[in-house]
Amino acid sequence: MTASTSAAHVPVFQVSDLNIEIDSGTGPFAVVSDMSFTVDAGETLCIVGESGCGKSMTALSLLRLLPEGVRVGSGSIRIDGAEFLDMDQRQVEDFRGEQIAMIFQEPLTALNPVLTIGEQIAEAVRQHRSCSRQQARARAIEALQLVQMPDPDRRAVQYPHELSGGMRQRAMIALALACDPKIIIADEPTTALDVTIQAQILGLISDLQKRLGTAQILITHDLGVVSEVADRVIVMYAGRKVEEASIYELFDHPLHPYTIGLMGAVPRGGASAQAGDRLADIAGTVPALWNLPKGCAFAPRCPNAAPRCLEERPPFEEKRPGHWAACWEHDDAA
Amino acid sequence: MLAYVIRRLLLLIPMAMGMVVVTFGLLLLIPGDPAAVLLGQDATPEAILNLRNNLGLNDPWHVRLWDYFAELLQGDMGRSIFQSQPVAEIIAGRLGATIELAVVSLVLATLIGLALGVIAAIRQGSWIDTATMLFAQLGVSMPVYWLGLLLMLLFAVQLGWLPAIGRGEPLHAAVWAAVTGRPDVLWDSITHIALPALALAANSAAIISRLVRASMLEVLREDFVRTAYAKGLRKGRVVIRHALRNALLPVLSVIGLRFGALLGGAVLTESIFAWPGLGQLTIAAISQRDLPLIQGIVLTFAIIYALVNLVVDLLYAAVDPRIRLG
Repeated sequence: MTASTSAAHVPVFQVSDLNIEIDSGTGPFAVVSDMSFTVDAGETLCIVGESGCGKSMTALSLLRLLPEGVRVGSGSIRIDGAEFLDMDQRQVEDFRGEQIAMIFQEPLTALNPVLTIGEQIAEAVRQHRSCSRQQARARAIEALQLVQMPDPDRRAVQYPHELSGGMRQRAMIALALACDPKIIIADEPTTALDVTIQAQILGLISDLQKRLGTAQILITHDLGVVSEVADRVIVMYAGRKVEEASIYELFDHPLHPYTIGLMGAVPRGGASAQAGDRLADIAGTVPALWNLPKGCAFAPRCPNAAPRCLEERPPFEEKRPGHWAACWEHDDAA
Repeated sequence: MLAYVIRRLLLLIPMAMGMVVVTFGLLLLIPGDPAAVLLGQDATPEAILNLRNNLGLNDPWHVRLWDYFAELLQGDMGRSIFQSQPVAEIIAGRLGATIELAVVSLVLATLIGLALGVIAAIRQGSWIDTATMLFAQLGVSMPVYWLGLLLMLLFAVQLGWLPAIGRGEPLHAAVWAAVTGRPDVLWDSITHIALPALALAANSAAIISRLVRASMLEVLREDFVRTAYAKGLRKGRVVIRHALRNALLPVLSVIGLRFGALLGGAVLTESIFAWPGLGQLTIAAISQRDLPLIQGIVLTFAIIYALVNLVVDLLYAAVDPRIRLG
């Protein structure tokens, strides 16, 4: 069960028990297991985890864009109550860009090098709206204005390599927003950018999301990003949710040792920082997904691991009101 | 852009001069004497010497080279020894047929190569992919004179669908005839060019299809292809507008290079199909040691080749905005 499900209310986006598998020489293995969450209009859900924890595969599966050899084994993805996984190719294409859009990590490679920014945005508009070339072009420039692209008329006729990294990511966001999607998935949208630009782009995404009331899923490895924009947070480890809570609850009462470890690894500036402070790290490495330990996947790295943790996988359950975690430690907390 | 074109055209001059020197050197090295060929078996040594003097063949090589350059600069490619006609006139009369054959073959090779390469790439690992690559392997390994004979045997001799040899009206004239109410003229031209063009195109089509396949497979894995799908575009549009356009870049330069190979292949193809172009003329000129004519033909081929590659470079810049000419 997830945080905000109730009987009458149909959330904009609802993912239940999603399992994603990869084919390998020795048979399929799971990269994402039992993933469930909902996102409502105007809400931002952050999915946090290290590289390889399955967060990018989750993101791609939400648009049914998984690469070859990777597939959704079971589960459900509902957009406004309609089952996305049951739709045929045509319907899926009609939904992509129109209902659910994606902002990719690296705008330089995610934009086509031989088409202008304006052409690439207008193309998405013409795919989903019956309108003339001029109208689509006008809409593209409007979208560029929306993302505060400087000099949008000129940028529209430029190619990706002629723009700076920040402007390229603005173009990418404009592309995602061009058809007013209900759901936006942003996969590490600021990772490829300079630090000074990161804050700008993050502010822009957050601001637009509030203004347009889209449901947003932001995927990141950076808890700093999470603290800026998230309403709710899911922490993933080795293909599973290990903790889920509202942003305040999570930062005030982190329950899972992995979450606590991640928070220790975030550099802090300001008055509390002292010269010589060392960043905490989490000992050990992420286990291979095709060779997961029998019990809790985090147990081998966990400072508090008990014998039980190595033997049995802890269930994902509500430990405090609106706060779920998969850990044996807080069994009595609720 | 204009400055670039002018500079490239000016570069043609030293290239052409180099070509002349190399050809001249090669012709000095090969055995055989045009005077002896011209006068036949019963010629006396005095008569041959006399003719060699008249033709200037007894002058030292640097004098002959200098004379040739001096003539060339005045726009004169000399006279053919055997046809007693200016070389330029002879070439001009034949050039059209060869260019027609080469261009039709290039278009054919490009269309076949693109279609097969794209299909093989988007159906990677399927039987279509296997069949296409098998065809490509055959096309690459089959010499044009053998393929030409096979095609002739099948379509002209066995089936009788197409004429085995010769040429109809020049294509541009035939198209005009069709427009003005004589479609049979155009049909005649097309049936004549079909077999030689196909034989000549096969090798290039095979090479292009393999290249397109490899290039497409690479581009289809690019992030921007995923973005195109994420926008909701249909597969056909993603493949053609986003993937193929990017995959064309490496293919384009090879298409330019293939034009040189087509001109070379035309020499053989024209002999097989009695196509009245420069190729046939080249073989005749070489076997007769008609030195001015050989020089003129080689120079013509070299200049055409250089011009085609200039066009390819311009196209390259037109397709890829990241490329700046200069």
